[in-house]
Amino acid sequence: MKQTDRRSFLKIAASSVGIGLLYSAYPAALSAGEAGGLFSALGRANGEKPSPFSFVQLSDAHVGFNGPPDPLGTKAFERAVDMINALPQRPDLVLFTGDLTHDTEDRDVHVQRMKQFQEISKRINVPLIKCVPGEHDAGLDSGGLYREFFGETHYSFDHRGVHFVALDNVTRAKPEVGSEQLAWLKKDLARFPKTAPIVVFTHRPLFDLRPDWEWFTSDGDDVMNVLSAYDNVTVLYGHIHRDDEHQIGAVHHYASRSLIFAFPDPTGVAGPRKTVPFDKEHPFKNLGIRTVSFNGKSEPGATSLSIEDVELTAREFQGINGVHQLFRNPLV
Amino acid sequence: MSRTKSFIVATATTLCLSVSLLVSGTRRVHAENVPVIDITAKRFAFSPDKITLKKGQTVKLRLHSEDVTHGFFLRPLKLDEEIPAGQTTEVTVTPETAGTFTTICDHFCGANHGNMNMTIVVE
Ligand SMILES: [Cu+2]
Repeated sequence: MKQTDRRSFLKIAASSVGIGLLYSAYPAALSAGEAGGLFSALGRANGEKPSPFSFVQLSDAHVGFNGPPDPLGTKAFERAVDMINALPQRPDLVLFTGDLTHDTEDRDVHVQRMKQFQEISKRINVPLIKCVPGEHDAGLDSGGLYREFFGETHYSFDHRGVHFVALDNVTRAKPEVGSEQLAWLKKDLARFPKTAPIVVFTHRPLFDLRPDWEWFTSDGDDVMNVLSAYDNVTVLYGHIHRDDEHQIGAVHHYASRSLIFAFPDPTGVAGPRKTVPFDKEHPFKNLGIRTVSFNGKSEPGATSLSIEDVELTAREFQGINGVHQLFRNPLV
Repeated sequence: MSRTKSFIVATATTLCLSVSLLVSGTRRVHAENVPVIDITAKRFAFSPDKITLKKGQTVKLRLHSEDVTHGFFLRPLKLDEEIPAGQTTEVTVTPETAGTFTTICDHFCGANHGNMNMTIVVE
């Protein structure tokens, strides 16, 4: 547990029993006046003042994958859908950070997998689902089929005062974003003040987490250079099928668990990447979802964005993965 | 044959000895007198899966794909190559640091792509 704010954690936990993983944003440590000024400024830049909402991050469902290591198929994904639908407060949106489907060279089979993903994700009771592709969705055909189903692979949108950026680091078949997309990112962010709350969601880590397992983005440093001009950036990603938390400058990076199988902690593990063995007794162990809530209020003494990762096992909480500030430097 | 040239050839042969245990036909010296090491990429492995280089000595890696497009990435050696389907890519490298490194295929090539790699030892 790192820098966790007790108060906000307890508040979150109380509303999330049995849900899975919860992720919560608070504009913290601001007086009512400061926050009001910040929100007004963001409203002017963004078209929308920050206001309360929550969202969910899902990742790596690999629809179509059938073990080893695990025989779950889409069970964990469907369980996650049920959990989201059981949330006491309906989230505004779901972010899916890649590997919606598992790869196959048979186009028809891949079409079926994408359809199946859509069928299951349609059952999520949210107004908006936003995705980025993973290499298993888009690595073999430069994202051709993915685009037919889910649209562009990088884009941005504003939601209640938070700017969301979908970054694609898979369709060039390599772990890279590429110069065109970098130029687009710069342009996209140019209209925002330094303090704008920005959530970047992508598939692979934007830093060298474990390059020999392909847990990196080769031009991730270039992306970070662009993002480092902003004070309040959160990067959400998948790919590594496990929790991870990392800070580069003021930017916090969080990996989400998968909905199919888990990879182990790479620390001290030499050699090839192996999956965590499937545990029949605890089929959903090490799998998870993440929900994020943002109360949009100025609450003196409250903290900012807190993230809690809980396994995809009903009524079982396991650990919190830290806290960071959505609003690090209030704009006055 | 001049002295210089025979020296270079000898060095190349020494280098290739360590490689030739794993690959046949690697004892070739390019026109530029740089030792050449042939590496074949085929889903989902490199062959050989381990080569040994000498620190400070320039070698040419001749990377050949036998099927689809593969990648060849190793940041510490500044290697970031694309091996197009059925083609050969040549890259010259002079390792500056000793160590054992894992080069990966970083061009998504299918099911077991995630573990397609090989070892480069720099002595
Ligand atoms: Cu490959």
